[in-house]
Amino acid sequence: MGKENQQEEILQHVTQNEYKYGFVTDVEMEIAPVGLNEDTVRYISAKKNEPEWLLAFRLNAFRKWETMKMPTWAHLDIPPIDYQAISYYAAPKNLPKYSSLEEVDPELLKTFDKLGISLEEQKRLAGVAVDAVFDSVSVKTTFQETLKKHGIIFCSFSDAVQEYPDLVQKYMGSVVPPHDNFFAALNSAVFSDGSFCYIPRGVRCPIELSTYFRINTANTGQFERTLIVADEESYVSYMEGCTAPQRDENQLHAAIVEIIVMKDAEVKYSTVQNWYPGNKEGNGGIYNFVTKRGICKGNNAKLSWTQVETGSAKTWKYPSCILLGDNTIGEFYSVAVTNNYQQADTGSKMIHLGKNTKSTIISKGISAGHSDNSYRGLVKMVKKAANARNYSQCDSLLLGDKCGAHTFPYIKTENQTSMVEHEATTSKISEDQLFYCNQRGISTESAIGLIVNGYAKEVLNKLPMEFAIEAQKLLSISLEGSVG
Amino acid sequence: MLSIKNLTVSIENKQILKGLNLEINKGEVHAIMGPNGTGKSTLANIIAGKNIYTIEEGTIDYMGKNLMEMEVDERANEGIFLSFQYPVEIPGVSMVNFMRTAINEQRQYHGKDPLSAAEFLQKMEEKKKLVEIHSKLTNRSVNEGFSGGEKKKNEIFQMAMLEPVLAILDETDSGLDIDALRVVANGVNKLRNENNAFIVITHYQRLLDYIIPDFVHVLFEGKIVKSGGKELALELEQKGYEWLNQPSK
Repeated sequence: MGKENQQEEILQHVTQNEYKYGFVTDVEMEIAPVGLNEDTVRYISAKKNEPEWLLAFRLNAFRKWETMKMPTWAHLDIPPIDYQAISYYAAPKNLPKYSSLEEVDPELLKTFDKLGISLEEQKRLAGVAVDAVFDSVSVKTTFQETLKKHGIIFCSFSDAVQEYPDLVQKYMGSVVPPHDNFFAALNSAVFSDGSFCYIPRGVRCPIELSTYFRINTANTGQFERTLIVADEESYVSYMEGCTAPQRDENQLHAAIVEIIVMKDAEVKYSTVQNWYPGNKEGNGGIYNFVTKRGICKGNNAKLSWTQVETGSAKTWKYPSCILLGDNTIGEFYSVAVTNNYQQADTGSKMIHLGKNTKSTIISKGISAGHSDNSYRGLVKMVKKAANARNYSQCDSLLLGDKCGAHTFPYIKTENQTSMVEHEATTSKISEDQLFYCNQRGISTESAIGLIVNGYAKEVLNKLPMEFAIEAQKLLSISLEGSVG
Repeated sequence: MLSIKNLTVSIENKQILKGLNLEINKGEVHAIMGPNGTGKSTLANIIAGKNIYTIEEGTIDYMGKNLMEMEVDERANEGIFLSFQYPVEIPGVSMVNFMRTAINEQRQYHGKDPLSAAEFLQKMEEKKKLVEIHSKLTNRSVNEGFSGGEKKKNEIFQMAMLEPVLAILDETDSGLDIDALRVVANGVNKLRNENNAFIVITHYQRLLDYIIPDFVHVLFEGKIVKSGGKELALELEQKGYEWLNQPSK
């Protein structure tokens, strides 16, 4: 009786959840003229007072980009993007440098307050050091002093270019070369800012490092770079969060994250991605086309990616590990939620080059509404990678009957001693589970939150505490009311 | 407390309940017996609010309210509890989290503040002792990998936590060994008082050695064909259900 009606009703609920970060901050901005040519690249470089080699890097990338075509192999339906209609640089006016928080525009601080990352708070509460990137410019890096004591460098990418040019020049583009792919080339040409982090040999970073990205200005793209270098025997846990205002047109986010992990070092990189996903009809939202890659360069190095993806209209993202050293470990834990008309094509690449290398891929896709959610992964083991191991598990959870889940695993092994395991499941939240929860007095909304969080638990458990709680809430909000 | 009148229910055009009547008052324990497929579980599901049946006729009044107009979770928060015959598994959701959500939604429904973590854990410890459940069960995901007996004990534990006004035990004794049966029965006996009521659905009189009912009803072909005291259960045990095929006098 009325089973379909109920589903329909609940599915309609899906559309009621609102994106609470959709506000716009009223700060005077300096915005580059719309369009992209060599002059744009020179303009950005000059604005940032960059050394000659960096301008050359950008121009080289730009020339490569001009010859490249946007990739079309992903299971995404992307309308043509007019790259000449975007502004490639936007910065709050007159605010490039701060020596104390008092100098920061109060409107900006309010924005970060609303996002729940009060810089003021961050100063007092021990735990997380934040680099906040607002449109194109890094606004403030907290905790610099504490980190300095340990010899850790954590600053905006622009500052790093000025203060540690040798380190930046040495590692930038070494994992993701400028010509790697269309979006990487675009980023390499016009990137505006981002974060840089260097952990010296033998140092365990005592606090979680965090970057917060925010796109504010209309018709701008955000192209930031993150570069993390963990020297031998060091450890760092790094978190990334992102939001954007609610706008009817699409905005482009094409970032690069490069991570270099030396011998015996370990890096954990966690992302809670909450870009504006567009409205319930599928208008607006961020195009999130990001290249994330790390290399385990020395023996016994370890790199793990954990991501919770709830936002973006379109996601194209494959955080990857190159396991170069022997006994290195690569991990990828992902929860990707798509609702309404969102589309995500995401997964990981594990490239096994060294002996006894190990990788794990746990991917949990959750699709609702009219969305499409694809896992795409590559596990490659070369001839030299003796005894390499991979375990992949790709689970899909479907809510409703208008969404899609797809799995595209690619496996290439070139030696006899390596082992690859791949498991995949597709499931639905059953009526029986919901009835059971309802019978205990738990509302359908809460029940879905519980069940989805239970389903994603394996991945959520990998997140640092502060992030795990945020991610849990986000999962429930993103799926408010959707049942199958 | 519960008054069912002339309840006629079908599923996929097949009538299951055919004009069932049942009156339950506070402080009473009613046993419902009968052969397979006579509508015992349907009755339990209808009271709990499962949405797959067509109610053709009849009324259910629960504490002065029309039960048919209430959502499943609303019924639960008004004190109706169903111990499932086949409890479902909810992977990854810990019993602690599940129970805490349930308790706090119930409290919210009644306009009370949620329990703090400490208060909740204390309550859980008390109830665990009461129903003699091992602590490790509550550390696991809801029913995930539980044996049949563990699932049933877990239902009784949840009943103890939620302190229902009207609890329905749908063949909670089926598949239980004698120890588990005792645990389930003790749970019910400790929880029963003058303000609540139980409906115990069972095939066997065995459970009724432990849970002494005030009334025994025989459900046969969609109707209650005979009601009596606890001695009726013994009679059924001896004679089986066949004699009910004869027209009753």
